[in-house]
Amino acid sequence: MAVPQAKADALAARIAGLSFPREGWLGAARAEALTRLSAMGLPGKRDEYWRYTDPTDLIRPDAPQAALFDAGDEPPAFDAIERVNLVFVDGVFDAAASDDPALAGVEITRLAQAPDLHWARDLYGVLEARGQTPVQRPLAALATAFATDGLLIRVTGEAARPVALIYRHADESSDAILHHCIRLDPGAELTLLESGPGAARFTTAMEVEVADGARFHHVRVQGRDHERRAATHVFARVGAESLFKSFTLTANGVLTRNEVVVELTGDDSVAHVAGAAMGDGAFHHDDTVFITHAAERCESRQVFKKVLKHGAVGVFQGKILVKPGAQKTDGYQISQSLLLDETSQFLAKPELEIYADDVKCSHGSTSGAIDETALFYLRSRGVPLRTAQSLLVLAFLAEAIAEIEDTAIGEDIRQRLENWLARHED
Amino acid sequence: MGALETEVQADLREGVDRETIETVKAMSGTYKYGWDTEIETEYAPKGVNEDIVRLISQKNGEPDWMLDWRLAAYRRWVQMEEPRWAMLNYPEIDYQDQYYYAKPKSMATKPKSLDEVDPKLLATYEKLGIPLKEQMILAGVEGSETRKVAVDAVFDSVSVGTTFKEELKKAGVIFCAISEAIREYPDLVKKYLGSVVPQSDNFFATLNSAVFSDGSFVYIPEGVRCPMELSTYFRINAENTGQFERTLIIADKGSYVSYLEGCTAPKRDTHQLHAAVVEIVILDDAEVKYSTVQNWYPGDAEGRGGIYNFVTKRADCRGARSKVMWTQVETGSAITWKYPSCILRGEEAQGEFYSIAIANNAQQADTGTKMVHLGKNTKSRIVSKGISAGRAQNTYRGLVSMHPRASGSRNYTQCDSLLIGDKCGAHTVPYIEVKNNSSRCEHEATTSKVDEDQLFYCRSRGMDEEQAVALVVNGFVKDVLQTLPMEFAMEAQALVAISLEGSVG
Repeated sequence: MAVPQAKADALAARIAGLSFPREGWLGAARAEALTRLSAMGLPGKRDEYWRYTDPTDLIRPDAPQAALFDAGDEPPAFDAIERVNLVFVDGVFDAAASDDPALAGVEITRLAQAPDLHWARDLYGVLEARGQTPVQRPLAALATAFATDGLLIRVTGEAARPVALIYRHADESSDAILHHCIRLDPGAELTLLESGPGAARFTTAMEVEVADGARFHHVRVQGRDHERRAATHVFARVGAESLFKSFTLTANGVLTRNEVVVELTGDDSVAHVAGAAMGDGAFHHDDTVFITHAAERCESRQVFKKVLKHGAVGVFQGKILVKPGAQKTDGYQISQSLLLDETSQFLAKPELEIYADDVKCSHGSTSGAIDETALFYLRSRGVPLRTAQSLLVLAFLAEAIAEIEDTAIGEDIRQRLENWLARHED
Repeated sequence: MGALETEVQADLREGVDRETIETVKAMSGTYKYGWDTEIETEYAPKGVNEDIVRLISQKNGEPDWMLDWRLAAYRRWVQMEEPRWAMLNYPEIDYQDQYYYAKPKSMATKPKSLDEVDPKLLATYEKLGIPLKEQMILAGVEGSETRKVAVDAVFDSVSVGTTFKEELKKAGVIFCAISEAIREYPDLVKKYLGSVVPQSDNFFATLNSAVFSDGSFVYIPEGVRCPMELSTYFRINAENTGQFERTLIIADKGSYVSYLEGCTAPKRDTHQLHAAVVEIVILDDAEVKYSTVQNWYPGDAEGRGGIYNFVTKRADCRGARSKVMWTQVETGSAITWKYPSCILRGEEAQGEFYSIAIANNAQQADTGTKMVHLGKNTKSRIVSKGISAGRAQNTYRGLVSMHPRASGSRNYTQCDSLLIGDKCGAHTVPYIEVKNNSSRCEHEATTSKVDEDQLFYCRSRGMDEEQAVALVVNGFVKDVLQTLPMEFAMEAQALVAISLEGSVG
């Protein structure tokens, strides 16, 4: 089908100032992504997949301005965790600010410096292309075609420490496009941490290949009190008896669209995707998750919690697709929102599409205000109103945070939530 | 619970189960309404255009305003595109290759009373178990208290007759064919027709607005509790003919009515189109119950033939404390595209939707509801049970929307799907939009297969596999069956078993 003129025009304007090297394997992969992208055009307001999120700011030629944010005396995310820090400033890798990337069991190469015969040639753009059906994700193809930087991380054994990607924002109108590839060899294990706003506009794609028996943990802290706009994509292919876990904390940020696309291709695997989002004021947060069960006896969980006030909007589009033959699938999905005042909104489309009969799939979605009875109980015990509210909000978010396996990282996230609540009492 | 009590309960349960199985047995057989009536039929020329719209209007002896209304719809329709967002897969429909008007020749002049109706037509309804005689009740329950049910029988494009009209008139209730209402009660029709489902609402509703030939009209005056159940029975008989009926129900302040709808069609190898519109207007403190048992011919096991059922049904709860309850048992049709909706406009209005959708063989169903909360303290409840078997695809699609001003509102949604066999699909596509914080929304959905333990238990009691599945499924859909009027519940229960025939093994 021909691309509508408006979409084609929007694409032409968006990529006019962008360029990419055409040499080598990476050039070929980028060219294919550009072909995919041209066949789709950029997303529009009337697309069903963008029903609840207006993509205008994500597709316009120039990034909207975003003021730099001063975090004050709050320590950076994961500060207490021993990790290998790799720093990007406005989407450009900063070797000077980063730790030495040498880590036992892990090979890290910068995208721009990947030699010709590189393992990533079998991964770069491959999972993103697979993720374009049945739903189109043009911004992911854009990230494949036009990424200005990124890392290629191969994990051959058990990584001794987590790898932390830190995204700094230094220019009020920076427009960053990143693409990372991560491959976990059979039996390997890695914890990947991501934090920071990244840029005024941040468009990313990350492809994760989890081979048989491998384990991948992903914990990400986005936004805080920041004006940035972001469209992020995680594409994962999960092999047999392996594990994929991803958790995202989003605290403010004007516009965030997080897409997570997981395909369970090996039997007996587990995929958990979770998120906690807190929005105050001009905040639009969209979690779009698509989990495909293509193998037997796999388990998937989606746990998303949103706390919203002062006109903040929370969106959840989650889907479980069980392919024919994916018997004994156990799929679970919960999306809940706590609306702290009359002006906030929660928009959800939790979907199930099931083509196998011996499965157990369920989803739940709720929305409402803080439970008055619980609040009254706490107050009757002498807990001040604000503290009682914070306690109940934390309790509400606990199910999502519980998805983080590492207790120290989980504690770091919980502390950040508490700090946010303290800053946003009114 | 004491031991004795437990025993009594167990005994009672067995009693119920026995009864269910006997009903299932008695009703065994394939689609039993698949015969046709040989009757001379007068057709309008094939296809749809402005002349056909004029012809239908003229055949119904309509005033000019009605013709203008239809033409406006037609002109709109030609500019519209058929929606393709549903999870339905069917070849393109040639809208010019079918008849839009078919009428038994014996109906050339409308009979003044049921005594004058062609005996062949009366026999048709008799055979369907819908006797058009005033002393009869709907088939199904014997020995129970005799309850009267007024019937409007629609055969292809025309209403054949309406029973109990006089008795209803005494209570002030108007129940007649909509073609008659347009002539006799133009003020009511003008005021309400298209006020819930506008001419331009959607592709199929707009087509219906242009070419609807007949349907039922109900007006319940202020404070009246309709003295009997009302029902419409739709029968498609003619080949290559679409049925486009339009139903308009108005429940004035403080009134109550329970309305039943049934439908069947002969077995044919070609697909037939059915695009109906039902509009319900409910004013302050009024209540409408609308129950449907949809049993259009579903096509054969290979997917040949069957009805394409594209229906727009909507209730507008305009008044404070108004209430609507949709119950549907969808077992027929090759394609079902149907979303009975509730616009909860009045304060404290209530909408309920109970649905059983069964898709077997090559059937495809995309059905659900919309609950649009506009008024304060409005409540809605959705219970949907989808069953897929054979190679069928069954989708629940629904919207719950809480507008910013609909404070203190409440929704509860439960969607359960059951899969029988590994070639079918069950899908859930809910949209939940909450725009204020004092409202509460809860949505739950599960998908599972028929429980092995339950099947094993039934088999160990001597049932064959098909009986056991029918019993377990009847248990699965019990919540919805309970909301149906008794006569319909019996029929629906039997239908559940029949629709699943051949799904095991």
